[in-house]
Amino acid sequence: MTAIGETADLAEISLRELHTTLHALPRDTNRTAWHITNPRGRHSVAVGLDAPLSVVVEGHVGYYAGGMNSQAKITINGNAGPGVAENMMSGEVRVRGNASMAAGATAHGGLLVIEGNAGARCGISMKGVDIVVRGSVGHMSAFMAQEGNLVVCGDAGDALGDSLYEARLFVRGEVKSLGSDCEEKDMGEAERAILAGVLARAGITDLNLADFRLFGSARRLYHFHVDNANAY
Amino acid sequence: MDNPPPPRTRPRYSATFDPSTISEIQRAAATGIYDIRGGGSKRRVPHFDDLLFLGASMSRYPLEGYRERCDTNVVLGTRFAKKPIELKIPVTIAGMSFGALSGQAKEALGRGATLVGTSTTTGDGGMTEEERGHSQTLVYQYLPSRYGMNPADLRRADAIEIVVGQGAKPGGGGMLLGQKITQRVAAMRHLPPGIDQRSASRHPDWTGPDDLEIKIEELREITNWEKPIYVKVGASRPYYDVALAVKAGADVVVLDGMQGGTAATQDVFIENVGLPILAAIRPAVQALQDLGLHRQVQLIVSGGIRTGADVAKALALGADAVAIGTAALIALGDNDPALEAEYQKLGTTAGAYDDWHEGRDPAGITTQNPELSARLDPVLGGRRIANYLSVLTMEAQAIARACGKSHLHNLEPEDLVALTLEAAAMARIPLAGTDWYPGKAGF
Repeated sequence: MTAIGETADLAEISLRELHTTLHALPRDTNRTAWHITNPRGRHSVAVGLDAPLSVVVEGHVGYYAGGMNSQAKITINGNAGPGVAENMMSGEVRVRGNASMAAGATAHGGLLVIEGNAGARCGISMKGVDIVVRGSVGHMSAFMAQEGNLVVCGDAGDALGDSLYEARLFVRGEVKSLGSDCEEKDMGEAERAILAGVLARAGITDLNLADFRLFGSARRLYHFHVDNANAY
Repeated sequence: MDNPPPPRTRPRYSATFDPSTISEIQRAAATGIYDIRGGGSKRRVPHFDDLLFLGASMSRYPLEGYRERCDTNVVLGTRFAKKPIELKIPVTIAGMSFGALSGQAKEALGRGATLVGTSTTTGDGGMTEEERGHSQTLVYQYLPSRYGMNPADLRRADAIEIVVGQGAKPGGGGMLLGQKITQRVAAMRHLPPGIDQRSASRHPDWTGPDDLEIKIEELREITNWEKPIYVKVGASRPYYDVALAVKAGADVVVLDGMQGGTAATQDVFIENVGLPILAAIRPAVQALQDLGLHRQVQLIVSGGIRTGADVAKALALGADAVAIGTAALIALGDNDPALEAEYQKLGTTAGAYDDWHEGRDPAGITTQNPELSARLDPVLGGRRIANYLSVLTMEAQAIARACGKSHLHNLEPEDLVALTLEAAAMARIPLAGTDWYPGKAGF
């Protein structure tokens, strides 16, 4: 278990009190280790952090845990509801269990690791974040994804990468179907290095890079043309 | 020798296939794509013009113009926010994106609004220094695309507006065509330069009003419950949409009618989806009244506001403030007749220019072309915006005083009559000369 610094027990204090304390910490704070207990599925746990904190949440969380995180390293020892780490800017959010839909939605940076499975629309509109899912992702994952890397160590559901922009999608298992304008790409040395780097940051070292396939945008829909109208 | 031709009737156009309809069919057949344009609805729909104020005579007592006070301030966000915002006038600048508008235009809007004590609103694309630096009160839009969205800007904002829909296109996303995607715009949106951009029609991480309630809580937690949270909806089912926005926890509801503008979308969408704002205000107010929250959850309405009379009528129907978009661009210099020669080169004319998505705006407003945007002087533009906002306010005050009101918010439906049956029904205002409106029981 991560070393415990200060403990915030959500059975005793309100979420408002927790955030008031965490948001008031200066960027150079030395009160960096936090342990949040009894989240009991509460929504918006540890949102809007903006300091290099280490935060461990003991239990399951509801919607938007770690939302808009900057700098902090947040570990959730449980499952996460929809929108975990939505719009994260930097830092890291790690879910030890499973995550619901829209994990990492629109996130601009940082690293999101889901050690279990993620639901539908994982990485939707992602804008630069790296997302690693040890298990599988649901349908419409990486819909309209713009930048960053989605690494799926298990399988991907229907319509992967629909209307994809420039994000890279690495999938180790089966892909049920590809969405509009998403196609398999050749993986060169540069992409392999990116994949290796993201996996290493996620702490995953037991997988063979050669087992992954790369998917990206065919860029056929970057400008409207009537002959592509049935692709929408 | 041939006989002279028989006399003919003059050419007569079909009312169904009129020249503009024929032109559109021909254009569609040639290009294979629907007409995309900016601006708002061009068709005539029931509007504030169809209402009149009664003014005071025997049964009401007027206030003296230029002598007796008629206050104009409005406080927004009194329901939950720790820091509600107070505007000196109930006219705000609606959300318009950097990308759709030039940096100079955003700066001018900020300067003008600040001069008269009101707010501006960001748009799809994020917050620019031009606007934050010059707008004393800035509303930060939280949009489905989340282009440029970041928590630092959330905290720099004075209020947050969650955009669910837009009057010009309820249910529709945006389309910023590649011509306007410069390096700067692309970098702010994390997309390659020069490609067509689709802004999503729905938020990626919530799917309904119950989710929205949780999303609002998240935004409040991130910003320490300080900032008013607005929810903006396009006018389509105003009673239910307003009630659900209130249920989700909105401090302020923004209701945008079909005459509202857009940077670029399908003409068929602009002209055929949504309600005129005249038809949307009373159901929205009704929802607030039924919930016991009228004036506690403030209502801002927009979509085709042009004059102080429009402002006064919107307030009399129950709104707390109005927002202007297209009118602000016109005040800045959009469609200026002085640029007629350049509009002609673009195949249009001053007063009808609407190809804002092409990025070739001669007025330097709806463009990212540096040579064109440099034409707009933000200081002068700001002065024009301030002048226009002042005129809107003074006009509304003149009407309010004539109705005996010492504050614009004291205007009420009782001050109005309708000129047409349609307007009477939509605004629930008596037809002029009667005490009846369609739908009113007992007559």
